[in-house]
Amino acid sequence: MSDLSKKERMKIPRQIMPEQDALERSSNFKEVNLGYTEELAKMEALRCLQCPKPVCVEGCPVGVKIDEFIKLVSEGDFLGASAKIKEDNMLPAVCGRVCPQEEQCEAKCVVGKKGESIAIGRLERFVADFERNNVGLRTIEIKNKSGKKVAVVGSGPAGLSCAGDLVQMGHEVTVFEALHELGGVLIYGIPEFRLPKEIVKAEIDSLKNLGVDFKTNSVIGFTDTIDELLKDGFDAVFIAVGAGLPNFMNLPGENLNGVYSSNEFLTRVNLMKAYKFPEYDTPVFNVEGKNVAVFGGGNTAMDAVRTSKRLGAKNAFIIYRRSEAEMPARKEEVHHAKQEGIEFLMLSNPNKFIGDENGWLNGVEITRMELGEPDASGRRRPVAIPNSEYVIDIDMAVIAIGNGSNPIIQQTTPDLGYNKWGNIVVDEETMATSKPGVFAGGDIVTGGATVILAMGAGRKAAKSIDEYLKTI
Amino acid sequence: MFKILKAEFIAPSIKRFEIEAPKIAAKRKAGQFVIVRINETGERIPLTIADSDTIKGTITIIVQGIGKTTKELNNLSTGEFILDLVGPLGKPSHIENFGTAVSIGGGVGTAIAYPTAVALKQAGNHTISIIGGRSKEFVILENEMNEVCDEVFPTTDDGSYGFHGFVTQKLQSLIDSGRKIDFVLAIGPIPMMKAVAETTRPYGIKTVVSLNPVMVDGTGMCGGCRATVDNKTVFVCVDGPEFDAHLVDFETLTRRNIAYREMESESFEIHNCNLDKAIGEL
Ligand SMILES: Cc1cc2nc3c(=O)[nH]c(=O)nc-3n(C[C@H](O)[C@H](O)[C@H](O)COP(=O)(O)OP(=O)(O)OC[C@H]3O[C@@H](n4cnc5c(N)ncnc54)[C@H](O)[C@@H]3O)c2cc1C
Ligand code: FES
Repeated sequence: MSDLSKKERMKIPRQIMPEQDALERSSNFKEVNLGYTEELAKMEALRCLQCPKPVCVEGCPVGVKIDEFIKLVSEGDFLGASAKIKEDNMLPAVCGRVCPQEEQCEAKCVVGKKGESIAIGRLERFVADFERNNVGLRTIEIKNKSGKKVAVVGSGPAGLSCAGDLVQMGHEVTVFEALHELGGVLIYGIPEFRLPKEIVKAEIDSLKNLGVDFKTNSVIGFTDTIDELLKDGFDAVFIAVGAGLPNFMNLPGENLNGVYSSNEFLTRVNLMKAYKFPEYDTPVFNVEGKNVAVFGGGNTAMDAVRTSKRLGAKNAFIIYRRSEAEMPARKEEVHHAKQEGIEFLMLSNPNKFIGDENGWLNGVEITRMELGEPDASGRRRPVAIPNSEYVIDIDMAVIAIGNGSNPIIQQTTPDLGYNKWGNIVVDEETMATSKPGVFAGGDIVTGGATVILAMGAGRKAAKSIDEYLKTI
Repeated sequence: MFKILKAEFIAPSIKRFEIEAPKIAAKRKAGQFVIVRINETGERIPLTIADSDTIKGTITIIVQGIGKTTKELNNLSTGEFILDLVGPLGKPSHIENFGTAVSIGGGVGTAIAYPTAVALKQAGNHTISIIGGRSKEFVILENEMNEVCDEVFPTTDDGSYGFHGFVTQKLQSLIDSGRKIDFVLAIGPIPMMKAVAETTRPYGIKTVVSLNPVMVDGTGMCGGCRATVDNKTVFVCVDGPEFDAHLVDFETLTRRNIAYREMESESFEIHNCNLDKAIGEL
């Protein structure tokens, strides 16, 4: 099979990944995508032309050797493929599921210029799952202990990947996490139906196996300050506390009962398991047979609206002020949401929330918009259409318009450099902050971004922390 | 896991816990709180740190069994464990030498007012406390308050002990008697805090209340604890929990606090049913 000609390879259609039936899945929390079988994966891998100059690799923020791992998949060497990916990406099972591949590697794919690009994300996911299901946790014996200690603050993708690299370089690593569970957004934000928690737990378990020490219930700034960590024996600190301060729209009625931030709604459902209320104690507003509106157009908005559908909402709307083309969400999520019966109200901007006499939300007033001139982001600016206001009856609203930066680190470590939005300023090459021995990366530096960028930042920081530790 | 070194009822359905948490004990300041999750299926609830012992490495929390979690907490005894405890969270009380400072506690609110009363005394204030309860057995921490305050006035709604009437009536009588009051801290049920705010407002006495919204993370991440203060939205867990009583929108707070009441009682009934069933099967 592997001696197929280029033409023959191009003839193979993009292999469809099996998924749960849309109607069935819209009432359960099980993973939507079921993943490739070995046969499907090999077939998909054969579509790759093995370009001499693989441009897909340029599209990957961390430079995974895509052509090489796909070749190994086509040869049936799935474990070899996994090892190849892990040279550059610590969290392939996660990234294969949540990366915006259509804007990154797959956007560059040469095959995609004429037809459909190679399904790189699906292959990555298959390879990582194959390893997890067939080999279990791998342990590496770490020689050459450096005797140096590093504190990692936050256990999202940035913190986890930094910890993983540092421990393998021989340093002693302790990860401090504010919540009672590890994983950051991967645990409290992204729902089970898109990223099973068992996968995140397996990644964390393998870090534990390597000797990383995890301390939950530790809010750095309060439990210990950064300065105290440095004083108490840590030689360096990596700050990866994420974005984590939900933005609201400052509209009238935003504090009515029934209005949530996406962080609160998703945390209640995912982290606190409110979908299993009353078996679990944390409640979430009962939306069974009701109307739910989610404001925003990113992955978070898609996750929230699809979650509300699974909780029994009769009508679940995405309300977004630009058009569908401008929505930052992964295309697959938009597609899945539509299949599940989510209604998309584009070019619609909320003016105010309306409540009943007891202060419960029962509607939202919307203005229709049209696209005008491009704004600073290059996207066409939405402009209000005069006298186009109308009211939609809704029982629950979720505001998913992004996060600002959490103030706790800034308030307790004022001598770090911050920009006007409260993001930590770092040297982009080394991830070093203005304070010696203190590094930062992930959403706290970039503002809300992606898992892969956070992971990449964590690894970059690990490298320069290692350099730094040699100098002290 | 956090061990309960001592647990005892100090009033009907109000229990005092000493919990082993040396780090929090060493760090906490008056006005700060912890978030507690009792067990794997539990919710996260905020509880103010009433006291700490840095030598024993313990913090004290005082809990009134009202909702499911607080009732479950009050079923725990000495030697048992709490799964998750995180803190100290929130901004510490703003303490200075105001002159004469009155700390008002209603019911279990006295436990929350107590550490701040201690700090006010240490800062050099002449400290007065008014501690109210429905009836005698609900007046808590009188001995402790006596140790740190220059004057202590217990009040009861039914007149079974101390001053007969509400804490606000006692406060009004102090004001009417011509005493110069520079600062008031009021902690208790929302109607009480609101009434104190209205009592001091005409006199322009600086008044602070500690808000108790529903919380999830307690670190500013979810926005569930938001309240309206001075017509602006605040996140109580990171911007508070203490705010200028004259600027707080108590109506919004009351409304948001009962948002889950129906669901909570459903959860509690199921919990009780299961308990009954379990007992029945014994
Ligand atoms: C609902 C949702 C869906 C998303 N979907 C996608 C997607 O499909 N694809 C994609 O690429 N990206 C997605 N993202 C974005 C992505 O999750 C983030 O960019 C990424 O998780 C950032 O990683 P991080 O490590 O910087 O921070 P986080 O994942 O936010 O982790 C930070 C951790 O630090 C902890 N912490 C905070 N403050 C402290 C403190 N003071 N002390 C100790 N610990 C602290 C937090 O509790 C948290 O666990 C999504 C985000 C959300 C919210
Ligand atoms: S409790 Fe979540 S932000 Fe305050």
